[in-house]
Amino acid sequence: MDIRKELEKRILVIDGAMGTMIQRHKLEETDYRGTRFANWHTDVKGNNDLLCITQPQIIKGIHKQYLAAGADIIETNTFSSTVIAMADYDMQSLAYELNTAAAKCAREAINEFIAENPGAAPKFVAGAIGPLNKTLSLSPDVNNPGYRAVSFDEVVNAYYEQIRGLVDGGVDLLLIETIFDTLNAKGAIYAAKKYFRDKKMAELPIMISGTITDASGRTLSGQTLEAFYTSVMHANPLSVGLNCALGAAEMRSHIEELSQIAACYTSAYPNAGLPNAMGEYDEQPHETAHFIEEWAKEGFVNIVGGCCGTTPDHIKHIADNVNHITPRPLPVLEVVE
Amino acid sequence: MASPVTIKPYLRLSGLEPLVIRPETNFVNVGERTNVTGSKKFARLIRENKYEEALSVARQQVESGAQILDVNMDDAMLDGVAAMTTFMNLIQSEPDIARIPIMIDSSKFEIIQAGLKCVQGRCIVNSISMKEGEEKFIEQAFICKAFGAAVIVMAFDEVGQADTKQRKVDICKRAYQILTKKVGFQPQDIIFDPNIFAIATGIEEHNNYAVDFIEATREIKQLMPLTKVSGGVSNVSFSFRGNDHVREAIHAVFLYHAIKAGMDMGIVNAGQLVIYDEIEPVLRELCEDVILNRNNDNNEATEKLIIHADTVKAKGKVEVKDEAWRNDTVEKRLSHSLVNGITDYIEADTEEARQKYPTPLEVIEGPLMDGMGIVGDLFGAGKMFLPQVVKSARVMKKSVAVLTPYIEAEKEERKQAHLAAGTTNSEAAGAAKILLATVKGDVHDIGKNIVGVVLGCNGYDIIDLGVMVPADKILETAQKENADIIGLSGLITPSLDEMVHIAKEMTRRGMTQPLMIGGATTSRIHTAVKIAPEYNAGVVHVLDASRSVTVAGSLLNKDQKTDFLSGLKEEYIKLKESFDNKKPVKSYLSYQEALANKVVVDWTNYSPVTPTFTGTRVFEDFDLSTLRSYIDWKPFFIAWEMHGNFPAILTDEIVGKEATKLFNDANSLLDKIISEKWLTAKGTIGFWEAGSDGDDLEIIDGNRKIRLSFLRQQIKKAPDQPNLSLADFIMPASFDKKDFIGAFAVTIHGIEEHVKRFEKNLDDYNKIMLQALADRLAEAFAEALHLQTRKEFWGYDIEEQLSNEDLIKEQYTGIRPAPGYPACPDHTEKYKLFDLLRATETIGIQLTESLAMYPASSVCGWYFSHPKSQYFGVGKIQRDQLEDYAKRKNMSIELAERWLSPVLE
Repeated sequence: MDIRKELEKRILVIDGAMGTMIQRHKLEETDYRGTRFANWHTDVKGNNDLLCITQPQIIKGIHKQYLAAGADIIETNTFSSTVIAMADYDMQSLAYELNTAAAKCAREAINEFIAENPGAAPKFVAGAIGPLNKTLSLSPDVNNPGYRAVSFDEVVNAYYEQIRGLVDGGVDLLLIETIFDTLNAKGAIYAAKKYFRDKKMAELPIMISGTITDASGRTLSGQTLEAFYTSVMHANPLSVGLNCALGAAEMRSHIEELSQIAACYTSAYPNAGLPNAMGEYDEQPHETAHFIEEWAKEGFVNIVGGCCGTTPDHIKHIADNVNHITPRPLPVLEVVE
Repeated sequence: MASPVTIKPYLRLSGLEPLVIRPETNFVNVGERTNVTGSKKFARLIRENKYEEALSVARQQVESGAQILDVNMDDAMLDGVAAMTTFMNLIQSEPDIARIPIMIDSSKFEIIQAGLKCVQGRCIVNSISMKEGEEKFIEQAFICKAFGAAVIVMAFDEVGQADTKQRKVDICKRAYQILTKKVGFQPQDIIFDPNIFAIATGIEEHNNYAVDFIEATREIKQLMPLTKVSGGVSNVSFSFRGNDHVREAIHAVFLYHAIKAGMDMGIVNAGQLVIYDEIEPVLRELCEDVILNRNNDNNEATEKLIIHADTVKAKGKVEVKDEAWRNDTVEKRLSHSLVNGITDYIEADTEEARQKYPTPLEVIEGPLMDGMGIVGDLFGAGKMFLPQVVKSARVMKKSVAVLTPYIEAEKEERKQAHLAAGTTNSEAAGAAKILLATVKGDVHDIGKNIVGVVLGCNGYDIIDLGVMVPADKILETAQKENADIIGLSGLITPSLDEMVHIAKEMTRRGMTQPLMIGGATTSRIHTAVKIAPEYNAGVVHVLDASRSVTVAGSLLNKDQKTDFLSGLKEEYIKLKESFDNKKPVKSYLSYQEALANKVVVDWTNYSPVTPTFTGTRVFEDFDLSTLRSYIDWKPFFIAWEMHGNFPAILTDEIVGKEATKLFNDANSLLDKIISEKWLTAKGTIGFWEAGSDGDDLEIIDGNRKIRLSFLRQQIKKAPDQPNLSLADFIMPASFDKKDFIGAFAVTIHGIEEHVKRFEKNLDDYNKIMLQALADRLAEAFAEALHLQTRKEFWGYDIEEQLSNEDLIKEQYTGIRPAPGYPACPDHTEKYKLFDLLRATETIGIQLTESLAMYPASSVCGWYFSHPKSQYFGVGKIQRDQLEDYAKRKNMSIELAERWLSPVLE
């Protein structure tokens, strides 16, 4: 089962928001704790990644809804499953286990889905690697611009541990996503390369997805899109793309630019528009799908889906709208000599 | 479906912004002042923990035009890892510095790693080498690769640092093999430093060091063309330390030769480069001898330079500045200041020029533009580098700033005069708005500013969005501000793609404003081929600022706009066609493939129209006054080297007066020609049954058969685009229906005696006029007959109702291509056409041996009636088609080659 073969044939669909779907379950502190963490010394409500251990059936259920909607790639519920991000709940020691548990939820969801839908197209688990809550290029202290809250080595170690858990749990791909500081992403790439070299195993495909945060078309750490791509292309990624922060309307010009400069496949999974005053996403499934369909027709994308605010209904509309469209052809790398 | 993008194997680096080193990238200068080993000041600041001030050194390098910043913290007195980490983190907080990529420079790999851990962009590591053996080299290269850094490899191995050309080349070759084969480096990410050593040291073995570097560079670039060559330039002049004047001259001469040999980048003091051409000739010649090791037996050249250096130095700091140029004319002084980036006198000189010239605008268009022209030429020739150009631009801006208030005042004066005279028209009530921007990724705005000034002077309201403006911002502002024209500027090549992108976006947004394209890399051909096809509401390439006024005028004038744009479109389509025909060898199909990709026509459901007669018909003396109304005047003006659309040209601001005069003279001559019956229009047309057979047509003429042979496009076309041949427009002979082809020949007799008379009277004006008019009448005759053929003689389009303008635009059904022209480039087919029409016997046109027609004012061609028939250019054909064609025509290959040479590669 080679994802590259599938990408040659068609546009693949990645799933939508996990958080939005978890919210629908209206879980309380006790639900998050489950039995195992009933007496944990800090509050854990809001630690969505923990649900892979305490409420795996909910996470698996969400995965299955996305698979039923037509997603080809589902992301593990591991956006914050690193020693650095888990410090908020004092759960650093759980980092490895959170990743294996999440990978298992996703894998089981696929196995069940395939059993119920024999003959379905191949499905893939992407191990989601989030951006961390600490950043390597920016100082949290305005008066001390040279200060950093975390070091490159700490970031590499945290990601290394996460990747070890994801790979042991059986993911098919690694997805470094929602990158707003390219140096953090370079830490994740460094960790992945190191992990595979240490284990002497073939590298899993790496997907990279950055986040443009403002109208200037730059990342939070100040890079232009082309500078961002140039800074991560050494990962030799399966795909590079954009997700989060922007709705499809605002993302269009950036994904178009990326489709012209990226030597690999391209991906895009925007939010369901921009949040309204209440912080909710109003963009309707057919609206998001309409934007994405146009990108597909223009040949900008190979992998599409949704980020914050998108639901299985959004994914279904997207999948239906792009399934007959020829994917962006892989660029030709000019050879000299 | 979109066709795949091609990714070029260029060295790509990044800070907050990308830096792509393309083959045409001139010379990349790496700022050297943030180096504790090279700059005493920087070293002191770091040692004293004055990082804020140290940052200003970095900023100064960027401002002076450094494209990459070299940072080195190798000092025995420093904790190198800590210093590198601190400085790098601070740089990342300064967007104006972090903009450019970083070169992390250290002889200690741990310091390099410390730097890599702090930089989000794609860096260069300076350097790694094989001095401690292969194993260590490979390990370090792997780490660099995991950080995504490009590497500088020093020509250094277990034996030592390479000094001769051969050693340099050998070590670089070995490193290349290891990096590309064992570590998986891309060749374009490898930069060699083949060691620049000091010359003119007095030691004979050192004399050839510069030559060794230059020649090694040449060979490295030849053997490994994607790699780059860099070096620390200041080493070469080390023996002249203390004499900066001579050192700078040596650097400039050395770089001039090394860059020619292929050196791509160098560590230089970005603020202090002198220009090769500006070095005092005696000094330059001496530097050349020393660098190229010429006339240097027994250190002769070295001695001479040392002696000369002493005299230069002896003059002392007092006379460091040579002020002789101050005695020149104001124009020369302005030019000198621009070329040398001197701002000291620019304000006074500009003021002097302003008083000398009639208007301040003329100072810009005259001496200032001349000076910038020299800067552009020197830059293009590799004799000036980017930092110097930046300095020149600064001087230019200062000068323009002096003039701007006067220009504004003048404008106001003119406006008041208009108001007083009541000559403001309704359009002027709200001045037309022109939005100008330098596109995303490009920082050059001198040209755009000049355009802004010039247009502003002409009463337009200018919205200048500045440089590096993203497409969205340009278009949103244009829509919001209701701009009447959008002007895009760019100097570097990637800006061209951005302009294409903007044109596409304008189409997508359904915008209607015309788009003006300008800037040094832009061209009429690029505009025609790439930009114009993307946007239908008008795209105009503007060659220079002075032309922007007429272009803007034509675009905003309601009466002229349509004509102007349609003329332009026509011109651009022709340019695009001729460009498409010049595509390189690799994009051709085999003849068989091209033949298979013919025009698809549904012949089964097609009913050819039978002409009202077959055989020929002769027009002995066609009415000239009828022909007069079919004249296309535009080529008439072009013949007089007056370019513009008719009738707009008659009212053109610049040539309008002359054009009107010419037009009036032409018409009075025409009156005379017609009333006094100077000329006779003779023509003939014919129709025959025809069927296609591959690219041949079989024609039945009474009881004989004649085969016509056509050529087919072999250029590889976009999917769904056929490879055209005129044969495609005639029904295959295998069908059971009759299709037809027609032909015509027309000529204007009687010009000779009048030409002779004008010659005798030395009246060239009327002689040329008569010739030009006879040509126009012949063309008009062809047009008139074609119309009658369509509506009457052949009658396949009886309903046709087209204006003369539409006729000129060829908006009718069917075509009349001429042998020897793009769709059927073989002139020898004219023999068959003349044979079929008996044109020589009936209307007296002779064919010369090179198949020109006499009288010169003659036109001939084939008629095709199928609705799908269209004009096209065959373009270049390949050997296989040539051979097939020669065989079909029963012609020797040599002969076919001779006649078809214009379409052969």
